Amino acid sequence: MMKQTLAQKLVARAAGRSTVAPGEIITCKVDLAMMHDSGGPRRVKPMLERLGAKVWDPSKVVVITDHYLPAYDEESRNIVRIARGWVREAGIENFYDAQGICHVVLPERGHLRPGMFVVGGDSHSPTGGAFGAYMFGVGATEMLGVLVTGEIWLKVPHTILMEFDRALQPGVSAKDMMLFLIGRFGLDGGQYQALEYRGTAIRRLPMQERMTLCNMTAELGGQTGLIASDAITKAFLASEVETWDSDAGASVLAHHRFNASEIAPQVAAPHSPANAKPVEQFRHVKPTLAYIGACTGAKLEDLRMASQILRSRKSKMRLLVAPASARDQKTAADEGTLQVLLDAGAELLPNACGICAGYGEHVLPEDMVAISSTARNFKGRMGAASSQVYLASPYTVAATAVAGRVCDPRELLQ
Amino acid sequence: MKAWLFGDNIDTDVIAPGRYMKFGIDEIAQHCLEAVDLDFSRQVTKGDIIVAGRNFGCGSSREQAPAALKHLGIAALIAESFAGLFYRNALNLGLPALVCSSAKRIRNGDRISIDYARSEVFDLTSDERLPFEPIPAHLMEMVRDGGLLPHLEKRLARKERAS
Repeated sequence: MMKQTLAQKLVARAAGRSTVAPGEIITCKVDLAMMHDSGGPRRVKPMLERLGAKVWDPSKVVVITDHYLPAYDEESRNIVRIARGWVREAGIENFYDAQGICHVVLPERGHLRPGMFVVGGDSHSPTGGAFGAYMFGVGATEMLGVLVTGEIWLKVPHTILMEFDRALQPGVSAKDMMLFLIGRFGLDGGQYQALEYRGTAIRRLPMQERMTLCNMTAELGGQTGLIASDAITKAFLASEVETWDSDAGASVLAHHRFNASEIAPQVAAPHSPANAKPVEQFRHVKPTLAYIGACTGAKLEDLRMASQILRSRKSKMRLLVAPASARDQKTAADEGTLQVLLDAGAELLPNACGICAGYGEHVLPEDMVAISSTARNFKGRMGAASSQVYLASPYTVAATAVAGRVCDPRELLQ
Repeated sequence: MKAWLFGDNIDTDVIAPGRYMKFGIDEIAQHCLEAVDLDFSRQVTKGDIIVAGRNFGCGSSREQAPAALKHLGIAALIAESFAGLFYRNALNLGLPALVCSSAKRIRNGDRISIDYARSEVFDLTSDERLPFEPIPAHLMEMVRDGGLLPHLEKRLARKERAS
């Protein structure tokens, strides 16, 4: 039989086929559809009503509120209210209200398994690819189509293989690998194809680090980012899972190989993740705010990285931490990680998208210079158009907070 | 129809800024592209066309980005390439997104017409015809229906009549 990539195998299964060829247009059955409060109920409810249609299978829909929380004005209260009301009307039992950011809550609550075909109403949906599932983002009208039919069309993607040999240095993370890739290949380097990450350095990454890599496949311009399932996937999901992987020798569009041990911490200058360069080149930059937040940069693993740097030290600038989920925050509190951050002077913000998506009361004021563990630093995204956001790993954000200027975290590792 | 020229990697935060996302499309559209062209939403007129470089619409899944352009009367988008998610969103709203490798030959303010039958952009100002990649047939039908919602409406009505 024809050798297939992981991406081909996943979409072939969803299309009820044994094999598929890149470039073919196929229709896939959706195993799971995830929505949040911003692009979800408030947008699809009126369209479903106009069609007089019902959700094809409420057990396959997950709704998670994360964008307009905590609600801070009449509009945001209304958006969240619509989400709460609609899940009751539509019979959606998988509803997580104020439990954290959708991409983190979805696998944390056991909804993702290797082999699945999943759509999410958010651009960071490739995060789910870390579990060996085909997951990608769609807009609200496309989500409506899925809710009505349970299906979606797809152009079978080519696979771009990113292979990382050896292992990352201490103080260097998946975020640095990804900023390195975006700096090298650009915001459209992924060509809306499937990115597959493999190699010994990937196998060594804990699950949430794999999620960070797949998450920012969005900024690299891929449709999805995939990692084959293995023992680490199984341990995270705490259950038996199928192994999904590419066939050896399956044909790919490109195969890039990197030595992970040569990657330095990366920083992306305003206003694009593609402005990434080694941290060394930014030592003169003096932010006044350090932000550890978002699905990209405030999961339990991210908080642990920051705490390794911040232990017994004080931040010289305002340090805001918005843990990505309530459960991750609880674990961080139980194990002492959270206390390390608080002792360093961190202010704790709610488990929501917050500043990263430009929502809430903490958005950046005019001319503020910030360093952030989030995914995007497009002009005006996190607040005023004149604000300047530097993207970096949680290690580098923490090191910068301690040093009062952009700092290589390898110098401060304890 | 007048061409409005933009560069590479125009992102959805610029097309539909996050801080206005809680509002309806009327309000969002007023701030469309203001970070790169302050007067765009006031000066654009119905039937105008966006012409851009690479990766137009990169960033978020927010459908309000193509919706704002459509709301302002933009008739079509022409770019060297589009971000995949944005491309799907635009077509789902019935807004044609045309991939044209020579898009940068068009100058700001040129008069443009689009010949869908020949898959050509006609620049009336420079008297030049630029080929674009045809929209796949299954999607063109949806675009002609006005987008996925009216397309589904038609499909469901057909199903009802049949049953």
